[in-house]
Amino acid sequence: MSADLLELSAAAAARELAAGEIAAHELLGVYRARAVAEELNCFTWVGDGEAPAPPPGSPLGGVPLAVKDLFCTEGVPSQSGSRILEGYRPPYTATVVERLRAAGAPLLAKTNQDEFAMGSSNENSAFGPVLNPWDRTRVPGGSSGGSAAAVAAGLAPWALGTDTGGSIRQPAALCGIVGMKPTYGAVSRYGMIAFASSLDQAGPLTRDVTDAALMLRHMIGRDKRDATSLSFPHEIALPSAESLAGVRLGVPAELSGEGIEDGVLDSFMAALRRAEELGAEIEQVSLPHAPHALSAYYVIAPAEASSNLARFDGVRYGLRIDDPAHPNDLLGMYTRTRHDGFGAEVKRRIMLGTYALSSGYYDAYYGRAQRVRTKIVEDFRSVFERVDFVVTPTSPSVAFPLGSRTGDPLAMYLSDFCTVPMSLAGIPAISIPCGLSEGLPVGLQLAGPAFSENKLLDAAHAIERKLAFDPTPARMAGGAGGPDARDGGSAGAGA
Amino acid sequence: MIDRDEVLHVARLARLQLSEDEIEPMARELSVVLDHVAKIGELDLDGVAPTTHVAEVTGRLRADEPCESLPREVVLAQAPDVSGDGFLVPSPQA
Repeated sequence: MSADLLELSAAAAARELAAGEIAAHELLGVYRARAVAEELNCFTWVGDGEAPAPPPGSPLGGVPLAVKDLFCTEGVPSQSGSRILEGYRPPYTATVVERLRAAGAPLLAKTNQDEFAMGSSNENSAFGPVLNPWDRTRVPGGSSGGSAAAVAAGLAPWALGTDTGGSIRQPAALCGIVGMKPTYGAVSRYGMIAFASSLDQAGPLTRDVTDAALMLRHMIGRDKRDATSLSFPHEIALPSAESLAGVRLGVPAELSGEGIEDGVLDSFMAALRRAEELGAEIEQVSLPHAPHALSAYYVIAPAEASSNLARFDGVRYGLRIDDPAHPNDLLGMYTRTRHDGFGAEVKRRIMLGTYALSSGYYDAYYGRAQRVRTKIVEDFRSVFERVDFVVTPTSPSVAFPLGSRTGDPLAMYLSDFCTVPMSLAGIPAISIPCGLSEGLPVGLQLAGPAFSENKLLDAAHAIERKLAFDPTPARMAGGAGGPDARDGGSAGAGA
Repeated sequence: MIDRDEVLHVARLARLQLSEDEIEPMARELSVVLDHVAKIGELDLDGVAPTTHVAEVTGRLRADEPCESLPREVVLAQAPDVSGDGFLVPSPQA
């Protein structure tokens, strides 16, 4: 019975919960038991004790949700993968987590991540790396690596992540699942521990496109506590398209050639042929400034981060390092606390951002990067006059071995090559698994104009059906693995 | 290239102490990244307006009215050190 529960997609589980075929506490119990026994280091906290019953008549009816560590959750550790926030239990809950709870998705666990969402491999977490369920010697991608690995391994029905330059899409690609970054402003950022505020956006990591639509439906909308949030112009529909007749897909030369692994390109091209069989028209397009997006991103994001992370100073919450020899040294307390509390990559980005904003360098770096951003926005605007969506590989490579890029920050940053242009333009983009290369998943990215989520989900749904990607190898690899262990589900079950 | 003195200057601006063994690697790694991003210097961006924000929303203001905030004791419970009803920090004047 419990093995069957684990097979249900979130949308299927919601249907069975609504029909009374399964019970919410039973489903939560099965997942909790699996989560506490997992071996991939996906989770930084797993709920126990009595779980509140889902609100009566709620549309999701009790489908448990794994939530990236950086979302504030009242009374529950919310540490953004950082030692400087170790043990921090916020006094309030992020709007998006609250909305999903109210829709009937209770908190299952908090997921591991790169510290302050800075990273593409999950190796920058203060709580250790996450292992990729397809191959435990490889990274799951990042920064939402715990969320992606948990969903891929069947340790959670679905998970919430955040994407600043690819942090949902790239780990989704490397773990063989679906990940979506919505239009900037579609989802409230209130209660998300900030990285780069003009780019950060929450989104779903799910087993399939339908689940992504279902989660997004309950996330969107204006929030008076986030002045940059917007009223979404329509409801998110569950996707139903099976054909791509009349859909024009643009392949940007700049993001589908140089720098992309051969195996990834092969899988991407094969997926495009299947899309053609579904009726799509495919044409080559140009995003002339896309090759400069990574440079602009690695100025803008660290600049915003250096400002956002100034709040971690040992005064109001989190770590403080006092020096008994200098009890009155306030400045020293700040600098020591930040030295001990931040990891190497976070320090690097704070330094990079502070440098780019400093007197004498501001115009050359930050000012120019913002102008490049304008050109990237214009590139997309012009391409979307000709095609409905831009399609690219999500990641230039498949999951890479743990430790292989940690000594080379630039090599790590290049992991975001195909995903940062959409982030800078604030447009929605989704990654779906499109095949295997060397036995590891490859992601296909589709991006559309702002607020085109429904059309984007429909197109992704049609391609997903046609490709029929098999997620089984990862699903079996979460630890507490085989069917016997899966049946131990009732331990820790809430009421 | 960014040298040791610049690293220490930027670290001071960022209120970040660096250990002696962090300084040289930081200089080297920042130089590599800055060399790469400097390529945007080759683009002709004359007359291009900067984008600070992609959402086309400006000047959305709320009414300036008092509203409920978190209880003081709940917020102070998270603090590393408190004094009475405030945060306690090392005092240069003490």
